[in-house]
Amino acid sequence: MRRDLEAIWMVARREFLDQFRDWRIVVPMLLLVTLFPFIADDTTRQAVNFMNRFGGSLILDHLVPFVVLVIGFFPLSFTLVVALESFVGEKERGTIEPLLSSPLEDSHMYLGKLLVGIITPLVFSYGSIAIYLVLISRRPIEFPSVYMLALILLLTFAHAVLMVSSAIVISVQATTIRAANLLASFVVVPVAFLLQGETMLIFWGNEDVLWYAIAAVTLLSGLLVRLGLSHFRREYLLGREIDTLNFKLMWRKFKNRFVGEAHSLLEWYTKEILITFRQLKRPLMIVTGLALITGIVSYMWVVSNLPVYVNLTPEIKDEIRAQLSENITRLNTLGEVLPAHLIFFINARVTVVSLLLGLVSFGTLGVTIFIGNMGLIGGVLGAAELVGYSPLLTFAAGILPHGIFELTAVFLATAAMLRVGAQLVTPQPEKSLGETLLLSLADWTRVFLGLVLPLLAVASLVEIYVTPALIKLAFPYL
Amino acid sequence: MIETNDLSKQFNNDFWAVDGVTLDVQPGQILALLGQNGAGKTTTVRMLTALLSPTRGWARVAGYDVTRSPQEIRSAVGVLTEQHGLYMRMTGIEYLDFFGKVYGLSPGTRKMRSEYLLEYFGLAEAAKRRSGEYSKGMKQKLALARALIHDPSVLLLDEPTSAMDPESSRLVRDEIDRLRSSQRTIIICTHNLAEAEALADHIAIIYRGRILLNGTLDELKRAVLGPVEFEAKFAEAFDVGEMDLPEGATLLSRSATSLRFQIEAPQVVNPILVHALTSRSAPLVSFQEVPRKLEQVYLKTMAAAQGVSYAA
Repeated sequence: MRRDLEAIWMVARREFLDQFRDWRIVVPMLLLVTLFPFIADDTTRQAVNFMNRFGGSLILDHLVPFVVLVIGFFPLSFTLVVALESFVGEKERGTIEPLLSSPLEDSHMYLGKLLVGIITPLVFSYGSIAIYLVLISRRPIEFPSVYMLALILLLTFAHAVLMVSSAIVISVQATTIRAANLLASFVVVPVAFLLQGETMLIFWGNEDVLWYAIAAVTLLSGLLVRLGLSHFRREYLLGREIDTLNFKLMWRKFKNRFVGEAHSLLEWYTKEILITFRQLKRPLMIVTGLALITGIVSYMWVVSNLPVYVNLTPEIKDEIRAQLSENITRLNTLGEVLPAHLIFFINARVTVVSLLLGLVSFGTLGVTIFIGNMGLIGGVLGAAELVGYSPLLTFAAGILPHGIFELTAVFLATAAMLRVGAQLVTPQPEKSLGETLLLSLADWTRVFLGLVLPLLAVASLVEIYVTPALIKLAFPYL
Repeated sequence: MIETNDLSKQFNNDFWAVDGVTLDVQPGQILALLGQNGAGKTTTVRMLTALLSPTRGWARVAGYDVTRSPQEIRSAVGVLTEQHGLYMRMTGIEYLDFFGKVYGLSPGTRKMRSEYLLEYFGLAEAAKRRSGEYSKGMKQKLALARALIHDPSVLLLDEPTSAMDPESSRLVRDEIDRLRSSQRTIIICTHNLAEAEALADHIAIIYRGRILLNGTLDELKRAVLGPVEFEAKFAEAFDVGEMDLPEGATLLSRSATSLRFQIEAPQVVNPILVHALTSRSAPLVSFQEVPRKLEQVYLKTMAAAQGVSYAA
């Protein structure tokens, strides 16, 4: 352990030395750190005056934390410069090969560079925040609480890790600074959105919700660090022409993976899909476990907490039942309002969106959508119980008929999406990140086209033509 | 030592950068790997330094298998890469000290080795200057010093004298020669055929990932250019007339003052031939081997590989 830390520090120390001797990094950093707090201070003063004149205490109360977040973020933009310079710059200048030829382990190099990428901008970022806080302390404005400041400092740290780890993933995919800079927009744009979201949380006024942002950014950063670590391998860094896209080769690989060794559709279903099932065993277990836990927790929460928020008097229950009764009478015309093909399209679209979200978050956002849906089912059953219906009957009549197909499809799609995310962050010897992604997508497409779409098609037909009839049979008194 | 058998590397499942390379370089030997750009020299060296894993075949370097013991190999091998790979904002002494640390040398050894190498390569005065200020030759020398910092038993040198002035090239060649005498195993990848000729015990010519020729310089010359040629020079015009040549000698050309022979076994044939000439009172002033350069071997081999005719 000590030897590992020494090796990591050795790499980091050299990087620090290199950076602090480069005026192109140091001068803009110093300017940004020293000038921006003064500009921000003056802007705060003007904003305070404006809001005192026209009112706006809600904004005023959260103005300083917001400016602290922004001030902290600006120097962090240098994480990209530092990280891209440290990784791609070394590749471009050919300085990485002597390092790769040495006995240093891949993880030593990766973590040493990660450390530098995080620490340098973070020191400047915290320095900038400190200057701003000193300046603002002279003004007649509410100073943010220590708790709030601690949260923002943590969030700034999480941003730094997120940006550096993203930049490293990009760096592994590029051999020139130019290519890396072009790819860097994949970091800047999502982080800009993230910052806007966090700003909303700050102005929302509930400090505790910032913990969710910190947790989410930390989780994503952790996955990105793991992704970078799993793909920062000598073999990959030196062995491939990673700046070029060979579409023909990509298509061939995708097709070979998708088709497998099957020669007919029947063979594909009987042999290849079985292989896919075996591969999905573990993610399916995880997804099923999550569904059960979420469903049960949500059901229990609604049953025990909803009465606290809503006073379910017998009159209100009657009102709800009457409303439900009216809805059920309209079930006959459900097919006209929401035709089967539209349900099929919506469900298929959600599956694809879940994959896309899963891709940018290594499965986490896709799983979040899934958890949301399962929570909804649990919540509906809990609500049914509260208004006096059997949750089991509600499930059996209202969800299960089409759910057999739809839930199976959703479980399979989520498991396949989760597997794509897991594959990306798992070291794959002899495979590049792009290759891993391509093959994982081919696996996902197998599940999507071979199982999910047919199941969703059947589910949409059952949902329109069978489920309403079963609901009427189960609840004839409505 | 370095041993490889059927060493091969495929990229993207469709391109064999190295295909079935078999080599054997013993301690105290230098192998020169010759070939065009993209022939597979660098990929071979990268497999020998455990930077790339072989797709097929195996390699043992300094007694370690490249697949099973990559860390041990990297510790035992000194590598001079195609690009010098210097950190431009580090001084010469800092650079060597950093790599000394990377190779796990103690502070005392690092200091001693760094100072020795800087002194040896004539960089002592520039030791505290940033390497970005060095000339091309100085940079190459510093890179070579880096490859030697941990006193490796195996050296893999890619273009060791490129960009150097003749004096520095000579210095580097002498150093490589000295390393050979201290039982190092050395592979040099080079385009400098004169350098290969001067240094290498064995020469391998690689083309599109395959070894076309591998052997000592004499073996290569004999294999590609045929038996050794000798030239007899006379002090004045002399007609040797019809002459019974001993077995293993072929008369290639004649002029008034010279004769050129191709000889299968010089140690046997030459004394007989010289005797035959002197017994005819030929005014023989010299009888010596016609120098044949590696360049001829290389160009003829490459021409044959590419299916074009070779003009000597």
